[in-house]
Amino acid sequence: MATAGRIEDLHIVRVTKSFGAFTAVDDLTLTIPGGSFFALLGPSGCGKTTTLRMVAGLEEPTAGQILLGDRDITTSRPYQRSINTVFQSYALFPHLDVFENVAFGLRRRGVKGDDVTKQVTSVLELVELASLARRKPGQLSGGQQQRVAVARALVNRPDVLLLDEPLGALDLKLRRQMQIELKRIQSEVGTTFIHVTHDQEEAMTMADTIAVMNAGVIEQMGAPAEMYDLPKTAFVANFLGQSNLVQGQITGQEGDLLVVRVPGGDVRVPVSRSADTTGSLVVGVRPEKLRVANGNEANVNRVRGRVLDVSFIGVSTQYTLETPWDPERPVTCFEQNDEGAPDVKPGDTLELVWEYAYTFGLDGDEDLEAGTQFLGESSTDDEDE
Amino acid sequence: MVAVLPSSGQTFQQGGGRRGRRITPYLLLLPGMAWLAVFFLIPLFSLAQTSLMQMRGASPDQGFVNAFNVANYTNSMQQFMAQYLRSFWYSGLATIFALLISYPLAYFIAFKSGRWKNLLLVLVVAPFFASFLIRTYAWRTILADDGWITTTISHLGLLPDNRILATPIAVVAGLTYNFLPFMTLPLYASLDRIDPRLIEAASDLYAKAFTGFRKVTFPLSLPGVVAGTLLTFIPAAGDYINAQLLGALQNKMIGNVIQSEFIDIRDYPTAAALSFVLLATILILVTVYVRRSGTEELL
Repeated sequence: MATAGRIEDLHIVRVTKSFGAFTAVDDLTLTIPGGSFFALLGPSGCGKTTTLRMVAGLEEPTAGQILLGDRDITTSRPYQRSINTVFQSYALFPHLDVFENVAFGLRRRGVKGDDVTKQVTSVLELVELASLARRKPGQLSGGQQQRVAVARALVNRPDVLLLDEPLGALDLKLRRQMQIELKRIQSEVGTTFIHVTHDQEEAMTMADTIAVMNAGVIEQMGAPAEMYDLPKTAFVANFLGQSNLVQGQITGQEGDLLVVRVPGGDVRVPVSRSADTTGSLVVGVRPEKLRVANGNEANVNRVRGRVLDVSFIGVSTQYTLETPWDPERPVTCFEQNDEGAPDVKPGDTLELVWEYAYTFGLDGDEDLEAGTQFLGESSTDDEDE
Repeated sequence: MVAVLPSSGQTFQQGGGRRGRRITPYLLLLPGMAWLAVFFLIPLFSLAQTSLMQMRGASPDQGFVNAFNVANYTNSMQQFMAQYLRSFWYSGLATIFALLISYPLAYFIAFKSGRWKNLLLVLVVAPFFASFLIRTYAWRTILADDGWITTTISHLGLLPDNRILATPIAVVAGLTYNFLPFMTLPLYASLDRIDPRLIEAASDLYAKAFTGFRKVTFPLSLPGVVAGTLLTFIPAAGDYINAQLLGALQNKMIGNVIQSEFIDIRDYPTAAALSFVLLATILILVTVYVRRSGTEELL
């Protein structure tokens, strides 16, 4: 729908938003490339919804600028921006039917008669709701309402489409389906989508760029796979998937590997994957990169520990080990059951190994616990700041 | 209910439980229905009967006999048509003024009052703490010929007779004032229910503030508008206190006529016929109004 080559980047430049003494967004600078599916990921209260509302024009920044292309839209009213929002819980007009909900924006901009019908029909076809055009929102299921909300925003062919936890109110199965659906719609229309979510899986599935936000600032930004592979902060390591982290001291370098002393032995980290080359370092590795040692490995990192828990999940088995790294922070390992599940019981001693290349090094001052408090946060929580 | 009895057989338990569930709603309805039957339906029937009675002699003092005297209706309608029309005219005006005053008030309380919301709502209801009669008497003082309101407006040359009391203005003002909370509260209730995100959504979809109001807020508040206008118009149309205390002889409403036919002249059939016509007219007006405003669920 959007004309190719016209899609502009959105620039958020040094934006701060305070509510009284509380700073929701702190000196945020962010460029969202035109035409991308961009996810703003973070726990409840991290400032992501406030950021979105400022882009929509529903809040005005305390300081800073928002630019669409080279136009400054910081203080323009919501109805003056070619940016539309898919609201959390949809905010469909209950007194209007599906058709009129979708036509609302077109009519306000003076589109008339047949043009309205044509555009509304075509966008309803895109979201596969053409047959329900005369239903009231109250007569639709959650998934259908969600698609009406998307259609109502998209029909205006905005430069940027904002999605505020759009799938939060749906059940798991429907959410998976809508993730694929939204991804398809985005690639069909080519509009910039900015998707705010606290569900890391949702962000990784849908977005081509993710910005992880915490306490009003962006922790890290990049492609999902890149960020998962090489997190730059403990928060990202813990919030985007899980990580095993341990505090260590760099004692030397062997070629392109750093030798790091951690409790219970040395581990090696590629220099290119480390935040530092001297002093203290937080060493991390993803649980699925660990595997149970069979005694034949060479050139791998190792950690030994006492098995606390074994849970068999079918495709994999999850081991939790108490190790010398930190008795308070068990090490987790997701072992693929590609050779049958090994016979390991709680209390056994187990050695885990992983390739040097999967290890990453974070700044030594990082808080190992950052981001872990949100792990239990379910995707069905739809409350936000 | 029966299901808890340990000795009952299973089929009986199920049957009894289902029957219990079927009966329960009617049991719950019973007290209300009984109340309505005794204090509304039976009196209504007796009123209908009275409205068709015939005078025993030449004057009402000699009593009445049961009859089918439809002339009570035609005669009283002919005689008091002016008061009927005046009643609907005054109460219609009072309803419009109450709506014009209440809508901004209810809007403010619902959307802008913040932590003062509850206090403002109490203030809206506060006049009810004084009796209806006393409040209406107070308006005699407020609108008195030498009161500051009347003198100020007279000085501005806006009053032809230099008085407000004993004019239609006073009656309509009294009606408006007395029934204002009945307008404000339903309006507030329907406005307060509106999700503020809908207004944000309208703004996001290119609606300026007033367009957003016209296309979203107002349509969504319509149930409150309908409920408020009904709760104002219906009692105002039958009211006689305001016309009696604030109006002149020529401002009498149909309530005044019914009151004097019943209490003073004691011509019960005429009074009953007048009441019935009022009831029927209001019923028809309300039905048409509710149908037209598309809020049938209120009926």
